[in-house]
Amino acid sequence: MKWGKGKPQRSLSSQGRTRCLKLKKTKRRFKENGERENRTGDGGNVGERGRPKQVKDVASQEEVVRVLTNTLETANCPHMLFYGPPGTGKTTTALAIAHQLFGLLLLKEELHAISTVTFILMTVPITLSNEVRVSNASDDRGINVVRTKIKDFAAVAVGTGTRPGYPCPPYKIIILDEADSMTEDAQNALRRTMETYSKVTRFFFICNYISRIIEPLASRCAKFRFKSLSEEIMYNRILHICKEEGLNLDSEALSTLSSISEGDLRRAITYLQSAARLFGSSISAKDLISVSGVIPQDAVQALFAACKSGQFDQANKEVNNIISEGYPVSQMLNQLFEVVVNADDISDEQKARICKRLGEADKCLVDGADEYLQLLDVASNTMKALSNMPEELKFD
Amino acid sequence: MLWVDKYRPRTLDKVIVHDDIASNLKKLVSEQDCPHLLFYGPPGSGKKTLIMALLKQMFGPGAEKVKMENKAWKIDAGSRTIELELTTLSSTHHVELNPSDAGFQDRYIVQEIIKEMAKNRPIDTKGKKGFKVLVLNEVDKLSREAQHSLRRTMEKYSASCRLILCCNSSSKVTEAVRSRCLNIRVNAPTNDQIVKVLEFIGKKEGLQLPAGFAARIANHSNRSLRRAVLAFETCKVQQYPFTVDQGIPPLDWEQYVSEIASDIINEQSPKRLFLVRGKLYELLVNCIPPQIILKKLLSELLKKLDSELKHEICHWAAYYEHRMCLGQKAIFHIEAFVAKFMSIYKGFLIATFG
Repeated sequence: MKWGKGKPQRSLSSQGRTRCLKLKKTKRRFKENGERENRTGDGGNVGERGRPKQVKDVASQEEVVRVLTNTLETANCPHMLFYGPPGTGKTTTALAIAHQLFGLLLLKEELHAISTVTFILMTVPITLSNEVRVSNASDDRGINVVRTKIKDFAAVAVGTGTRPGYPCPPYKIIILDEADSMTEDAQNALRRTMETYSKVTRFFFICNYISRIIEPLASRCAKFRFKSLSEEIMYNRILHICKEEGLNLDSEALSTLSSISEGDLRRAITYLQSAARLFGSSISAKDLISVSGVIPQDAVQALFAACKSGQFDQANKEVNNIISEGYPVSQMLNQLFEVVVNADDISDEQKARICKRLGEADKCLVDGADEYLQLLDVASNTMKALSNMPEELKFD
Repeated sequence: MLWVDKYRPRTLDKVIVHDDIASNLKKLVSEQDCPHLLFYGPPGSGKKTLIMALLKQMFGPGAEKVKMENKAWKIDAGSRTIELELTTLSSTHHVELNPSDAGFQDRYIVQEIIKEMAKNRPIDTKGKKGFKVLVLNEVDKLSREAQHSLRRTMEKYSASCRLILCCNSSSKVTEAVRSRCLNIRVNAPTNDQIVKVLEFIGKKEGLQLPAGFAARIANHSNRSLRRAVLAFETCKVQQYPFTVDQGIPPLDWEQYVSEIASDIINEQSPKRLFLVRGKLYELLVNCIPPQIILKKLLSELLKKLDSELKHEICHWAAYYEHRMCLGQKAIFHIEAFVAKFMSIYKGFLIATFG
């Protein structure tokens, strides 16, 4: 019932009227919210203020933008599934579509209410806006929510569009953020809902891992892959934000920022904002590193060098030092992994041995194992691999 | 009063060790508002001190008048009601608690208390501090669910409530929570900084410090300031005036562990294993955390081994520690480690000396 199957039916006018009333009410509520937030006043969030409101402004996702612009012209869109690494503009695109279709002032107010308090917008709370519903699936990912809340909302009919300047198509949108954390049962329950109410409801799913969305659900949607942002685009975007916010970054800080945030624009903005709060308007590379929790490269190199030296006590000392400095060990494992993989003077077999243990240690850390012991074991294993010692000690 | 408490800096200006962090924090709260904060660092590095000083900076002396409460919570969780009891420390401006004490029901604590606080929004006559602060300790010990519900609550009630989280290792805090907070790493003080603090205390107390004495305590303290100050006070009680070569008394449980280590090295037999088991039980009933016993045992053993054995032993220590946190009874895993060590060491001895 989505693509060219004649005009979707309009709902009864009485329902349309109640809808308008409801909308007014919610609007007022959000306005109040916004004002209340403002009183605590920390002047908004850089990430939110910089969020593009038009699909065409979304950075560096040319193909997605091209397809979507066409869709928007006809104001008839399919169910959609956005997937890709974090911070590449999935939520932004979904919200921008909603904005372009309905001109949602309401959404803006709502975003504002969120933006004064959090650093990122990944989780917009369930609101009762009649046209767009952003729900964070990971919070109530149980099947009950799908059966009751989402279904009820999807079933509500919509009226004719009234806002001038926007197409206001005769359906409403439900955005399910972090859809990959929905249980399989819940996803199965959603299949039916999607089909039954496709006249009046479109679903946007947003997720990081498409493999966690069940196939029947994925096949009902138009899929859009968001690729991670290149350093150059990050660089330009950050520069743009700095200009807007009156921040002062030298070129070293800029390149550090785009490398530590690994293609995740939201993370870059979060770091930038934290640093701006702590250190004022001129920010150096060192400040950014301290805010981001990334371990300085010297510390990683020192550990690696100690492993290369083959002196166990030396490595033990470095490990102790890292723990005392309070560096998070999971982060250390990540960075050590980078160093090992990129090293030229290590054979592939050695790399494989080291990485195997890195993976095991990561799992152990997730289970809650002690950081010192795991890191020491990783260091000792790395050392053994680098000096080609046998994996197991054998006595004959 | 113990020196540890007596010389704890009360305001951000008086902080000696982390003066850079302190000045940043001061800048942060000078604008009448602050984001959520996450302090992380090893024990004894001064996280708590910084938090208390920060609260004082934000709310003035009112934040120091704390009262301890043991509150019972009745929480309606759908079909059943859950009753929980938790001790909180609170002033008019902040509440401090240890949510991981509630065990697997910690998520209810997190939601309920924050909700309650959000309801009772403080009315400030000057109208500037429209929020309360909730200090949560040991967030790294919170369950996954609690951390997830925390991130939601953080957003929902952020108008009336700021969170200050405190933990030892930030890798156990989920990315979602971490990214909503301003992360502040509090590193352990270096030996020089510890010496500085000890000398400062010595001066205030009017003590004569022989050259190098403070440095020796600092070396001994494993970069934990709290331990250094405690050891310093113990030395003072033991013998004053200080002599240059005065010994620093080791903690009794540490001594006990090193005894166990030498027991294991001296003889590897089932009989010795049985003896060691008794000693391990002794430590456990005295509330020494099993992780710490295992770590100390490892470091004592490492002192006495050849380097090829070291690799092997530290691997097994990591292995059994991991099993320990998955399992229930710590004694099994420590004992398994001891037995494993004995078998490796005996094999090594036979291979080398025949």
